[in-house]
Amino acid sequence: MAARGILKGKAHKFGDHVNTDVIIPATHLVSNDPAVLGEHLMAGHDPEFAGRVTPGDIIVAGENFGSGSSREHAPLAIKGGGISCVIAASYARIFYRNALNVGLPLIESPEAATAISDGDELVVDLAAGRIDDNTTGKTFEVPPYPEFMQRIMDAGGLIEYVRNKS
Amino acid sequence: MSQTRRILAAHAGTDSVTPGEFIEIPVDLVLANDITAPLAIEEFGKLGAGGVFDRDKVVLVLDHFTPNRDIASADQCAYVRSFALEQELTHFYDGGEVGIEHVLLPEEGLIAPGMVVIGADSHTCTYGALGCFSTGMGSTDIAAAMATGMTWLRVPDAILVRLTGRPHRWVGGKDLIINLIGMLGVDGATYGSLEFDGPGVENISVEGRLTAANMVIEAGAKNGIFPADRLAVEFLRGVGVDAPESGIEPDEHGYVRQIDIDLSAMEPQVALPSLPSNAVAVGEVPHVKLDQVVIGSCTNGRLEDMRIAAEVLKGKKAAKGVRLIIIPGSPRVYRKSMKEGLFDIFLDAGAVISPPTCGPCLGGHMGVLAAGERALSTTNRNFVGRMGSLTSEVYLSNPAVAAASAVTGTITDPGEIV
Repeated sequence: MAARGILKGKAHKFGDHVNTDVIIPATHLVSNDPAVLGEHLMAGHDPEFAGRVTPGDIIVAGENFGSGSSREHAPLAIKGGGISCVIAASYARIFYRNALNVGLPLIESPEAATAISDGDELVVDLAAGRIDDNTTGKTFEVPPYPEFMQRIMDAGGLIEYVRNKS
Repeated sequence: MSQTRRILAAHAGTDSVTPGEFIEIPVDLVLANDITAPLAIEEFGKLGAGGVFDRDKVVLVLDHFTPNRDIASADQCAYVRSFALEQELTHFYDGGEVGIEHVLLPEEGLIAPGMVVIGADSHTCTYGALGCFSTGMGSTDIAAAMATGMTWLRVPDAILVRLTGRPHRWVGGKDLIINLIGMLGVDGATYGSLEFDGPGVENISVEGRLTAANMVIEAGAKNGIFPADRLAVEFLRGVGVDAPESGIEPDEHGYVRQIDIDLSAMEPQVALPSLPSNAVAVGEVPHVKLDQVVIGSCTNGRLEDMRIAAEVLKGKKAAKGVRLIIIPGSPRVYRKSMKEGLFDIFLDAGAVISPPTCGPCLGGHMGVLAAGERALSTTNRNFVGRMGSLTSEVYLSNPAVAAASAVTGTITDPGEIV
């Protein structure tokens, strides 16, 4: 495994308002297993998408990522599909909360979301707050993840984090 | 302060709360359904809490893929059922007691002004129509609240929506909210509250307000809220809830923005594919042939919606090639629709009458769309593939427009045929 909080992968680029019906269509909401949900990742956009993800890859999207329903299956599908983190210009409220709760790192950076192209090779340092686009050589500074948030991600989600503490 | 912040401050035990502030507060009701409860119950189990914080305040409704769509959905329902029975939950809805959750809970007298309600369903914001704070969350947050009776929130800022005027005959809560989402965009109210006030509020029925509050999430809002005025208090008394009237009492410091809407100037609204913000007046919709019309859902599955649909459909038939599906949203709505003779009108019109279920709204069952098909629906989301195939299309409208369009086979102003 890579150094703590360092994520490496290829960018998969999406536009604005990617909603939870795109991320995981409701018809697949009959499992809580991230691996099963991950097989249908982004099936509302392209049913073949999940097959093109290499573990560690990163979703890069525009405004209002994760809008729509409250289904926690959406961040679970992203994790289960092998995506290591999401970089977007902005997030919908319920999705943001759900992602942190299930241990999926989210980075909010309108600058990076615009500049990064599909297929770019990215390195993300969550603790330092830095995105390197190794394809273009560009670097983006983002707010570093606070220590406790990093621990939630390391634990794999809020519930595991709380259990480990007690 | 906004009305939302007044409610949150009261729950936090302080005089005031500030937008952006994080607070931990007790909740008055916690809700989940057959899609979101299994994950919440699993997480609840990991917490090792044993019992729920209050068996009267955790509500589980098996409404999404029921009557069971397939074996996987049946297994999910069985899992939730065994938890509900083991925990001896007072408000567990299964079989013939099932209504679409956001139609059902107000009817059951479970909602009152001033409450804090959280639910693992994004349309939990519906209950703000009755003067409470209600919002959707994910399963893990709901699991924590089921165990502890507490939740954390970031205090929202607020937009005041000031209503004036009396709407025309075929205009109501659905048109108000589609029009507003069109103005705000699908993320125009993200993290904030939408608070409805002004002299026009009394011209929107309580059922119409439930419809409007239901869709504030489609503008990204955390919650929507209406005053608990005379009409709301009468509605509540009808379901056995005694509550005093309480207003929004807008002050100049409470809101980041004010939007004025004159209801008398509004035409019926339609949201074109594939975002709820693609709002146009019904007269401006391009001529398209419809394959299916759905009247129902947590947005428009109430008795008033059934009556409006019947008023338009009376003595008429759905156009050849249009499948008309009508879904009364709860056992009460179902029975009253039947007793009032609405079912005869629907059946004469060639409609399928479905038991209460979320079914087709989210492409689950009971009316999934084939490739290339087009539906007009009184539901709340018209995203790509929402009701079925990725190449199908969904238009959103009120029940009167939906009924009129079922008759003509194309999107139609009800005034043209009634």
